[in-house]
Amino acid sequence: MTQELTLENARTWIRGFRDVIAREAGTLTDLDSAIGDGDHGINMARGMAAVSDALTLDDATGPQANVADLLKKVGMTLVSTVGGAAGPLYGTFFLRMGTGALPESLSASDFGDALARGLDGVVARGKAELGDKTMIDALAPAVEAYRAALASGGDLASATVQAAAAAITGRDATIPLVARKGRASYLGERSAGHQDPGATSMAMLLSAAADAVA
Amino acid sequence: MKKLINSPADVVAEALQGLVAANPHLALNADHAVVYRADGPTPGKVGVICGGGSGHEPAHAGFVGLGMLDAAACGEVFTSPVPDQVVEATKRADGGAGVVHIVKNYTGDVMNFEMAAEISAAESGVEIETVLVDDDVAVQDSLWTAGRRGVGLTVLVEKIIGAAAQEGLPLADVAAAGRAVVAQGRSMGLALTPVTTPSAGKPMFELGENEIEFGVGIHGEPGRERRAHASAAELAKALALPIIEDLPFVAGDSVIALVNGMGATPLIELCLMNHELGKILAEHGITAARTLIGNYMTSLDMAGASLTLLRADAQQLAWWDAPVLTAGLRWGV
Repeated sequence: MTQELTLENARTWIRGFRDVIAREAGTLTDLDSAIGDGDHGINMARGMAAVSDALTLDDATGPQANVADLLKKVGMTLVSTVGGAAGPLYGTFFLRMGTGALPESLSASDFGDALARGLDGVVARGKAELGDKTMIDALAPAVEAYRAALASGGDLASATVQAAAAAITGRDATIPLVARKGRASYLGERSAGHQDPGATSMAMLLSAAADAVA
Repeated sequence: MKKLINSPADVVAEALQGLVAANPHLALNADHAVVYRADGPTPGKVGVICGGGSGHEPAHAGFVGLGMLDAAACGEVFTSPVPDQVVEATKRADGGAGVVHIVKNYTGDVMNFEMAAEISAAESGVEIETVLVDDDVAVQDSLWTAGRRGVGLTVLVEKIIGAAAQEGLPLADVAAAGRAVVAQGRSMGLALTPVTTPSAGKPMFELGENEIEFGVGIHGEPGRERRAHASAAELAKALALPIIEDLPFVAGDSVIALVNGMGATPLIELCLMNHELGKILAEHGITAARTLIGNYMTSLDMAGASLTLLRADAQQLAWWDAPVLTAGLRWGV
């Protein structure tokens, strides 16, 4: 049983997210071209490359921090490099996750609290609600599923797997939705039938977390 | 894709260097892609900045100079600037009397400027007023959307706010002058061809030989509908009538009109569109007190045009006529 999110787990998580974003940048851009302005993949890839440099993710001998500092640095780097709506939203998510008096490694419940803080930050920054066809549609069910898994006796690894699964379900559920936030909202009914790019990258982030603590 | 570029990643930085090299009144912070007045900031004058994604040239760096903007934060192509850039532009514009942020109403722009305003205020205590531009009548304004987009009217907001600031008005009055323009101005545009960003390398949408995208945004976002191409007279009417009805503009109104090109439409067609607009305004008893024709709020290589009308009083006309010395607009100096 995996009990704690260590610094090494966290670095693996962020590295995994960087890699999937680099691999799937084209997919994200295609989704965004359909209902947005077609830059989500390239912006996230640029941001995660900058995060990778800032945290020397490929070099374990580089300067090390604790989990809280790592999360905050991810957030600050994304805010400074991504632009668009994704920069402030992902930036706020990680900054809020890393806020507070966090221990060296995060317990399963610490990580759940951090995810919930991240969600609150995204909601406050984006002023969006569940069902608006945004990344919240993947993130909110994930936070909920994580809590439920812990409540029924799950550990960090199983709860994160549940969260990732819920994010994927939430991502898929954005397809029929009519967008009410962001550039996709300009399309009105024409936005239905397309998967939301922000929910897609958010589901990737949670899947990367599940892989990292498995 | 055939473009005069070296690498998609370097387009914005290299273009800004070229712009500043040709304009001695401009200076560039290359690290932050911020263009600012070489002689700024002006002590005691309210600073005025704008920012947004690149690809709308001459907006916004081309509007930095005497009588208009003090600084512009230039994001990646069609991507809002990040907070660091806006914080830097705010610093370059801050003459001690506060700074106005002119923000086009897009989710990303609004969030990045909001974060920047929080950071700037915390760092230096500068007082910031935000003027949000949302003039695009193609978008339904409701609680259920991100609201109307900021398009061509932004140029008029920048000019009038810039003149009010140059005149020495205090921060609250400068911001109020900007909001008055937003309240009285409306726009709508159309695309004849799609736009190709350097990074995507392919058109952002497809248009049939005889199709136009009506109500298009300035990032190639789809608009109200696809429709069949038509004569300039019909298209001018299709753009102008929703604008006139929305405010509404009424007989006796005096307006500033902008007939704006999207980047790839020749000036001769814009002049022709203005001829058609003149007839429509005359039918409605509206007088075009001032008219600006040209490519001012563009969308890279998109062909098409937008119309903007601003109901203007004597004070707004005086601010419009006030001296301006920028790369994109220059008169009275």
